[in-house]
Amino acid sequence: MMFDFHMVVCVKIVPKPEEVRVDRESRRLDRANARSEINPPDMNALELALDLKDRTGGRISLLSMGPPFFEMYLRVGLAMGADHVYLLSDRAFGGADTLATTYVLAQSIRKIEDVDLVLCGEESSDGATGQVPAGLAEWLDLPQITLVNRVDLNLEDGLVRARRSLPGGHEIVTAPLPALLAVKTAANEPRFMDFRRRPWAMADGRVTIWDRKALAADPALCGSPGSPTAVSGLEQARVRERKRLFLQGEVDELAAQLAAILEANRS
Amino acid sequence: MTMVHSRYGVEAARPEIWVYLEREPAGGLAAVSLELLSKARELADEAGWPAAGLLFGEAVEGLAEEAIAHGADRLMISQHPELATFRIESYAATAYAALMAFRPSIFLVGATPDGRDLAGRLAVRLRTGLNADCSDLRLDLERGVLISEVSGFGGGVLALIEMAHHRPQMATVRPGVFTVTPADPTRRGEVVPVDYQPGTESWRTTVVEHMIGERLDLTQTPILVAGGRGIDGQFAMLQELADLLGGDVGATRPPVDEGFIERERQIGQTGIVCRPKVAIACGISGAFHFLVGIQEAEIVIAINSDPNAPIFDSADYCVLADVHQIVPALTAILRAGARPGKQTLVAAGDPQVPAGREGKRRRGDDV
Ligand SMILES: Cc1cc2nc3c(=O)[nH]c(=O)nc-3n(C[C@H](O)[C@H](O)[C@H](O)COP(=O)(O)OP(=O)(O)OC[C@H]3O[C@@H](n4cnc5c(N)ncnc54)[C@H](O)[C@@H]3O)c2cc1C
Ligand SMILES: Nc1ncnc2c1ncn2[C@@H]1O[C@H](COP(=O)(O)O)[C@@H](O)[C@H]1O
Repeated sequence: MMFDFHMVVCVKIVPKPEEVRVDRESRRLDRANARSEINPPDMNALELALDLKDRTGGRISLLSMGPPFFEMYLRVGLAMGADHVYLLSDRAFGGADTLATTYVLAQSIRKIEDVDLVLCGEESSDGATGQVPAGLAEWLDLPQITLVNRVDLNLEDGLVRARRSLPGGHEIVTAPLPALLAVKTAANEPRFMDFRRRPWAMADGRVTIWDRKALAADPALCGSPGSPTAVSGLEQARVRERKRLFLQGEVDELAAQLAAILEANRS
Repeated sequence: MTMVHSRYGVEAARPEIWVYLEREPAGGLAAVSLELLSKARELADEAGWPAAGLLFGEAVEGLAEEAIAHGADRLMISQHPELATFRIESYAATAYAALMAFRPSIFLVGATPDGRDLAGRLAVRLRTGLNADCSDLRLDLERGVLISEVSGFGGGVLALIEMAHHRPQMATVRPGVFTVTPADPTRRGEVVPVDYQPGTESWRTTVVEHMIGERLDLTQTPILVAGGRGIDGQFAMLQELADLLGGDVGATRPPVDEGFIERERQIGQTGIVCRPKVAIACGISGAFHFLVGIQEAEIVIAINSDPNAPIFDSADYCVLADVHQIVPALTAILRAGARPGKQTLVAAGDPQVPAGREGKRRRGDDV
């Protein structure tokens, strides 16, 4: 079992936040010129898997639902040490909320079959909220351990032992394999691409693309039809009116005025 | 067009608002649960619906009074040794059974580690929607539809999200977003037991170690000293100021991502929402994602060297200067305990050179 230990890392491709511009007038997003990257928290999930692979052996597949252009960014993961990419691409997957996203990811994990450990990032940086891991675990009826920053396997007993980073401390939890882990953002320092793997990763590295039919996914559960939530409106955020008083003077005078303001408002 | 159906639908749902009640390690109800109860009470009053709390534990009926005083008309309670501490399998199973039995229209959960685990799992089990990390909740009274307000990826836009055809309407809200209305000890309510069926789960997680010390709670800090990219990682300088003021240090996302400070101190949309008396923004440009975290501050002071920094539009007191000069000068004045107004006598000469760059710290090695 040890050498065939199969980890699937769920990876989303997101626009680089520093390249997304907000249009000052419309306050809408301009992603047109933004380059993308692997969702940074998913790099932590991948690094955790790579570290397990280094220590225990096994292999790593990357799994991502998104448009075909994701492929070039996913290959970076191959160059880091992953073995295979599964990209789930179909117009029918568009407009998915958490329920529909997790359904499609779950269908593909069922199709991959021999999965021992599923790893996710803590949340996707483009505005989502970390609800995919728990939802995915539910579709697959797997135990879930979230906010994980360290993992050990006990293959004899078929257990994963994970350390969770929680507000004010930590917890250690064990769960039977197969299981799903969501990795705490910044839990580790993701490695760089391995330059020796790079040519293989960019050209020959195996990328399997599955559409809805390949997954035998129920159209009623995919994309918009599979998504209970809908945006019903957009509103300008309320901004609280502030005084906007510019303090005047040299450094010492400015500091003194601040001290006075703080003194007056401390309690 | 066929679409996904929730386990119970609009017709079967009852006009009730439920709140999942989380417990503090010390025993009381978690602040976020009281915040949600207060909001649920407000919405329930508008609609003329009852509000209920859902509470699990071993012997927790003592908390009924607190829940009812904070707005619950009913406490749904499940007590069993298996429920003494949160385990996703037993809590999800019990919550699912209770929701299926009583079919509330709305179910609210705190966006805490346990709350997120539970809500994410339950939403799929119920085949319903989940609006996560909402910044406000409203009720469309005519349709009985919950409107969740979520801040979008881009700055300044709020998305209103609803689910018209699925029940329960689930939403999570982070601690600090809503305020707790004062307890009303004269309120009356009933306690309704909910079944726990042992051994229905197909797997079992085990907590083998649980070490939680004092929690950093920036949501309650009176004075927030927040640092951005402009402070070049010198959080020690801000900590000194915060200590003198009896406050805490927070940060924008970039210094957190760069490992200068723990993620627990990130302020903003994907961090903490706090409501201090005074927030001091040091070397922060004023991105909307950050501003939502200090929106409720009574007073905002901004120190920035760029006259066009957007933070100045959202500050009460604007200081156009180098933060590396202002903060040490301010700290020196406060340390000397100088009376305001006599400052020029105190802080003449060069401001102190700030301490060296704080070593890079990575999150993940807490405790
Ligand atoms: C989905 C999403 C969620 C996000 N969530 C958050 C969040 O929760 N919290 C958050 O903070 N950000 C969040 N961000 C990032 C956010 O959009 C901004 O990028 C970030 O807040 C900017 O941080 P900053 O102001 O520290 O850095 P910058 O924008 O780089 O600003 C640095 C400022 O420092 C000033 N400065 C430089 N040197 C000095 C000096 N010597 N003295 C005085 N001033 C100086 C500069 O003039 C500048 O205004 C999120 C982004 C996305 C896409
Ligand atoms: N489209 C997707 N494809 C693959 N994995 C995803 C996708 N969306 C979310 N995830 C995974 O779920 C985690 C949490 O995402 P979210 O719930 O969107 O914040 C991410 O860190 C990824 O590991």
